[in-house]
Amino acid sequence: MSILGTRVLRTEDPGFLSTGGVYAEDVQDERLAGACYLHFVRSTVAHATIRSIDVSAAKEAEGVIAVYTGADLAAAGLAPSKPMMPNMNQAMLAPLLATDTVRFVGEPVVAVITEEMYQGEDAIELVDIDYDILPSVATMHQALSGERGLLFADAGTNVVCTFGDESASNRDLFEGCEVVASQVIQNQRVAPAPMESRSGAAAWGEDGRLTAWIPNQGAQGTKGALMGMLGLKPDQIRVITPDVGGAFGAKFGADSEHAVTCWAAMQLGRPVRWSETRMENLLVMPHGRAQEQKITIGGMRDGTVLAYRLEIIQDCGAYPKAGAFLPSLTRLMTPGPYNIPRAESWSTSVVTNTTPVGAYRGAGRPEAAAAVDRAMDLFADAAGVDPAEVRRKNLLPKFTEPLTTAFGAKYDSGDYVAGLEKALEAAGYQGLLAEQAKRRANGDALQLGIGLSSYVEITGPGGEAGGPNENGTVEVHPDGTATVLTGTSPHGQGHQTVWAMLVSDELGIPIDKITVKWGDTDLVPKGGGTGGSRSLQLGGAAVQQASRELLDVARERAAAALEAAPSDLVFDTETSAFSVKGDPDVSVPLSTLAEAERLFVRSVFTAPGPTFPFGTHVAVVEVDTETGKVFLRRVVTVDDAGTVINPLLAEGQRHGGIAQGAAQAFLEEVVYDDDGNPLTATFADYPFLSATEVPSFELVDMETPTSYNPLGAKGIGEAGSIGSTPAVQNAVIDAVSHLGVTHIDMPTSPQRVWRAINAANGSKEA
Amino acid sequence: MTEIKLTVNGVTRSDEVEPRLLLVHYLRETVGLRAANVGCDTTSCGACTVLLDGESVKSCTVLAVQASGRSVTTAEGVVEADGSLGVVQTAFRENHGLQCGFCTPGMVMAATSLLAENPHPTEQEVREGLEGNFCRCTGYHNIVRAVLAAADKLSGDSAGAQAEVTA
Repeated sequence: MSILGTRVLRTEDPGFLSTGGVYAEDVQDERLAGACYLHFVRSTVAHATIRSIDVSAAKEAEGVIAVYTGADLAAAGLAPSKPMMPNMNQAMLAPLLATDTVRFVGEPVVAVITEEMYQGEDAIELVDIDYDILPSVATMHQALSGERGLLFADAGTNVVCTFGDESASNRDLFEGCEVVASQVIQNQRVAPAPMESRSGAAAWGEDGRLTAWIPNQGAQGTKGALMGMLGLKPDQIRVITPDVGGAFGAKFGADSEHAVTCWAAMQLGRPVRWSETRMENLLVMPHGRAQEQKITIGGMRDGTVLAYRLEIIQDCGAYPKAGAFLPSLTRLMTPGPYNIPRAESWSTSVVTNTTPVGAYRGAGRPEAAAAVDRAMDLFADAAGVDPAEVRRKNLLPKFTEPLTTAFGAKYDSGDYVAGLEKALEAAGYQGLLAEQAKRRANGDALQLGIGLSSYVEITGPGGEAGGPNENGTVEVHPDGTATVLTGTSPHGQGHQTVWAMLVSDELGIPIDKITVKWGDTDLVPKGGGTGGSRSLQLGGAAVQQASRELLDVARERAAAALEAAPSDLVFDTETSAFSVKGDPDVSVPLSTLAEAERLFVRSVFTAPGPTFPFGTHVAVVEVDTETGKVFLRRVVTVDDAGTVINPLLAEGQRHGGIAQGAAQAFLEEVVYDDDGNPLTATFADYPFLSATEVPSFELVDMETPTSYNPLGAKGIGEAGSIGSTPAVQNAVIDAVSHLGVTHIDMPTSPQRVWRAINAANGSKEA
Repeated sequence: MTEIKLTVNGVTRSDEVEPRLLLVHYLRETVGLRAANVGCDTTSCGACTVLLDGESVKSCTVLAVQASGRSVTTAEGVVEADGSLGVVQTAFRENHGLQCGFCTPGMVMAATSLLAENPHPTEQEVREGLEGNFCRCTGYHNIVRAVLAAADKLSGDSAGAQAEVTA
């Protein structure tokens, strides 16, 4: 029986559970012996001109080895970075350390290096920076209006880029619609907040090469980012990936702090370590989401949707990073799983004096799902049709051949209505409606809300010519063990276990004899890393393909060894050996074939395109109408990601995603005041989801394989966070919709819910 | 510098420490036990949770000098004598109660302390007991399953031991 599809326990767990993972801060390596510690002095204001920087007292402080400013980096020839895409305003330059202007609270200005860790905390207090305060562009609307000036004078605008063409908008989009609903909604800014904050360690060898230990989602991309910031050549850098304590999209590439750490190590001829505090993490690690959307939806009274418009403003924060690009993904997924005859969308990305925005679990697609599923409920409410019926009526029918949307997304396969029906049945939708009706009739203080979201998302996209791809290498050793090299980069996903399962299934080598390696650029020079839910469908497929190609190589060798024709040999996974057909005693194991000559294959798997997982989430909440408090009671989900290789791990991905998505709906938000001062810079202020705020989740199985890879697998890493956000938000609004409430922005905090109820009944307390 | 004398995972040791040294940094940098992690600076996340005289504490909010004369147990200290995982650790593995692993040593110690205080917790009691330990990966679902499974295993084992004695 194949090991694939079974609940294999993770082989990586014993270390994590006993001595703990070896994260960047834990790395003990002779190259890091005698390392000193780097701390950053960060801007305390959102927008200002730097008048002067006085580091003299810090330089005299105990244990201080060096103090560097942006001027030192400039003198060394390190230039600011340009935005990543050519359509972004190229005058919006990001320096490694601020020189003349600071643009957000937390921006690094000065680097202080000390002998011991605690000395750095002391010394940074002694740096004196004199600021001339400038007006802060604290919101996207202030950025667009220009009322508070520009972040980059040379750019001439606060607009980074646009996607889609507003001027081509169809003025008659909603003609013929009996019902039209429109709403401005906030897809608020949230913090990725992986449990491990950012960190790094750097050492320069006598050979002039840099070795950098950096938590990341793909060492090759991290190396590329360091090369760009430091002006180094490929053969001058080796990135080693330690265990990574969560990433959620926020650890791709490298940040300026990593580059400064590497540069300081070169300057000093000594290894340097850097680790940020949680406050620094919440202030500086790129935030996620941060879109304002205007949704307009129209259709017929029977629940048929005819037209949909999505207008997006994206907050990029102070410097254009991945956030500036995210709305293009939101636009791509505009209609979601729905068959909407007329749909259009466009976006404008702007800079503000806030923390830069980047990728966060789902990265642009949750924003699309939240918009269209909020729109469906607004429409259902306006048309007086049950939200489940509206979805049933408008979901694309089942398709097995790829289907291209008006926005250019090529959906590989889907059965959306089946997903909806399964979720509704598992949730007991009719019973929930009856319970809701009873509470409404009784006027209970605790009202029941039921929220739906039917989503489709894109996974495993890639800009590579010829299609998304990933490499994998498999080698069988003479002792019967095997080593796998992968271009993916797990940080909790369990590739060590699953890649071993894939190899074991082909080669018959037990998983505990298979070592999986990743994240060392000397060992694996190429790779796309882990993100965009790409790993299994590309990296896993590559490992499987390499295993099969290894068997082809081995078959030729076995034929020579057994003096038989290759076609007369059979491979037995029970013994991991080839034997002659009909004569099992004449056999040779793979391990023997590896003795004379190394037995390995490196293979690149290329997919025809990205895949499109889908599903439906049903959230059930109770809302205390007297206090506005939301209690999340149930989340029932169908998340169809094609064939599942290890259900235990796939379920874990769903659980985590559901929780993160739900947290955005009713709890988490990064908040700034009107001057751009962050108000949620610690875990005491940022309402990070805890165990008491979520229920156990109810997962329903559904597998619609894709034809885009031999595994039949689509991505599962982000699906949970895409479906659950709109489902929970819709549930909260549904709980009080009978009171006249049609919309509540996220997070649906007690204050917002309470105000919405009061506004709906005309109270002045709203 | 101040001299402290304490027991860490059953081993008595004494060290000269700065009075302001946090227990978590003492454990990580001085003793070399790096399972406990620092995940925040406001005593919110619990990644640094260890046992102090058998009760869970957040070691980022205890000074090393405060641990003098007392007994500290870390995740490294709850493995079995033969090096295999302890009951709570095994339950985390069997229930996939960890992904990136960063919160895990703290979570294991918080769960160990919880089960010592309440050997038969309900799901809600487990959730409340772990409220001070953050996890970003699992949505807490499988962590809760793991702690409930560990409770069953521990009570089953003690019942088994009693049965043996009776026999």
